Amino acid sequence: MPNITLISFGYFEKDILEKTAEAVVNEFHASVNLRDGHLDLSEFFDPNRRQYNGNSLLKQVDSISFPDSSKTLGLFNVDLYIPILTFIFGQAFLNGRTGIASLYRLSNERYGMTGDNEFLVDRFKKEVIHELGHTFGLIHCHNSTCVMRSGTYVEDIDQKNQQFCISCRAQLDLHPDFQI
Amino acid sequence: MARKISILIVDDEESVRDSLYNWFLEDGFRVECAENAKKALTILESDQFDIILADIKMPGMDGLEMLRRIKSLKPEAIVIVMTAFATVDTAVKALKDGAYDYVTKPFDPDDLTHLIRNATKQISLVDENETLKKKVVSLENVEDLIGNSEAMKDLLREVESVAQTNSSVIITGESGTGKELVARAIHANSPRKFFPFVSVHCGALTESLLESELFGHEKGAFTGAMYNRKGRFEMADSGSIFLDEIATISTKMQVELLRVLESKTFMRVGGNKEISSDFRVICATNKDLKSMVEKGTFREDLFYRLNVVNIHIPPLRDRISDIPLLVDYFIKKYCTSMNKPPASIDQAALKRLQEFNYPGNIRELENMIERAIVVGDGKKISLKDLPLEKTIVSSSAESLDDFEKAFVLQILNKYSWNISRTAKALKVDRVTLYHKIKKYDLKPENQ
Repeated sequence: MPNITLISFGYFEKDILEKTAEAVVNEFHASVNLRDGHLDLSEFFDPNRRQYNGNSLLKQVDSISFPDSSKTLGLFNVDLYIPILTFIFGQAFLNGRTGIASLYRLSNERYGMTGDNEFLVDRFKKEVIHELGHTFGLIHCHNSTCVMRSGTYVEDIDQKNQQFCISCRAQLDLHPDFQI
Repeated sequence: MARKISILIVDDEESVRDSLYNWFLEDGFRVECAENAKKALTILESDQFDIILADIKMPGMDGLEMLRRIKSLKPEAIVIVMTAFATVDTAVKALKDGAYDYVTKPFDPDDLTHLIRNATKQISLVDENETLKKKVVSLENVEDLIGNSEAMKDLLREVESVAQTNSSVIITGESGTGKELVARAIHANSPRKFFPFVSVHCGALTESLLESELFGHEKGAFTGAMYNRKGRFEMADSGSIFLDEIATISTKMQVELLRVLESKTFMRVGGNKEISSDFRVICATNKDLKSMVEKGTFREDLFYRLNVVNIHIPPLRDRISDIPLLVDYFIKKYCTSMNKPPASIDQAALKRLQEFNYPGNIRELENMIERAIVVGDGKKISLKDLPLEKTIVSSSAESLDDFEKAFVLQILNKYSWNISRTAKALKVDRVTLYHKIKKYDLKPENQ
């Protein structure tokens, strides 16, 4: 059974973090630690793009090691980018030990709609499970309801489930971390 | 299953390479990176990539020069150029030089997804096209006409030369010799190969059904004709029509067929509109049409119209040397279709197959091999897997002694050289059987 650490940087409502951790426990059957992280995010801020460099943040989170944890996911509430793309919801090292995910672009308000906390929490849970899936070697899935389906809009995230499809689940079960 | 698409990223900025590398890995692509055009060209010398995503502005050789070099080596390569400084001029220049698309950094994630999705669709279409072309080429090679005997070589030469013409052909040969295969080979090697090959089994249809099948019918032409229906002559337009068992058609149909062959026009049953169709006729029969003409049961004018070229397929017993090749071909065919590992045949079984006279020709041999693959152990076909008990005789049996020798040997083999059981089966005493064994110098096959 894998140990997963969710480490939050910046302000998050406690409720969101707890619900996300619970979803990760249910989906991965893993033990999950919630930790607070401390980083000076200004070092990762690009004033020209007014966004935070996702590549550098991923490397930074990867450099933090928790001996009791096999996978670590950094949780942020800032606008992430990678140099070639206008924005990202999150990213991870494929079959690695680290990923990052941001809440920033998941809220309705960002798209001129009325805020909905339930939608926000649901999207964040899916994004966190999706990035963790990459750390266990899963690539994007063509099944439209699988959580590993690639999503470039929040609407894409809304359309998929919080769960892995049968095929991704089977692949996940073959991962050494899930072998008894 | 579709193969894994490969992408080569060429950009001097490490952060761009890393970002794209991770993005494409998560999408399941095979990805490699190069920091400049020179390195990319070196990689491309030894490895193939489906998509090359290249920055325009790079130190040393720029992306446009690299694009030109890649295109001169591999015109079908999909090269997508990217730049941070978009100008209409460079975009137009890149597209004129053969770039698949042109994007400005940074891209919207959705744009990148669509761009790559469209490129992979194009790659799939090219792959599919290649596969289909190979299938057409394999048709031209007439893979199914197996044999190395002189008779078979002559037949292939005839098929090749007649295929290029537009003449009517009659294929004759015993049942099971592969007349339809030869007809298909003629079509597949002819200039009509990209058009339909329409096959009609004349013997299986009654006169009225055959008429409606060949000419088609209009709605309401007869009870049950609920829709307009195209006939086989119409379907074969620009292609070939194969009329199997032509000797079975009625006198009335012979007259109608002659008229169609002469004018290449006809009317659907119940119709009043003349339809024209450009088809080539290939017929087949196991009967002697000439003697039918002499007896007056087949029209002479139709015979001469059809019999411009006659191809005769020899029976399998006259080309025994082709049996090992045919056996090998059918073993592979049925092992593949039944998802079994490749099997082989032991020498004794093969020898026995070469002694058989095959009244049902290749079809009979094919059925035997199919059965042997089904009932056998899946590794080696042996005598016990072959249904040859009722078989009498080798084609070389020209005298009563030859016949007796072959028959006694066959029964001995059937009972694994158990003298008592063989003698009982032959209804002779053991002494007589020993005499026969000595007389014909018979020995078990593994000795």
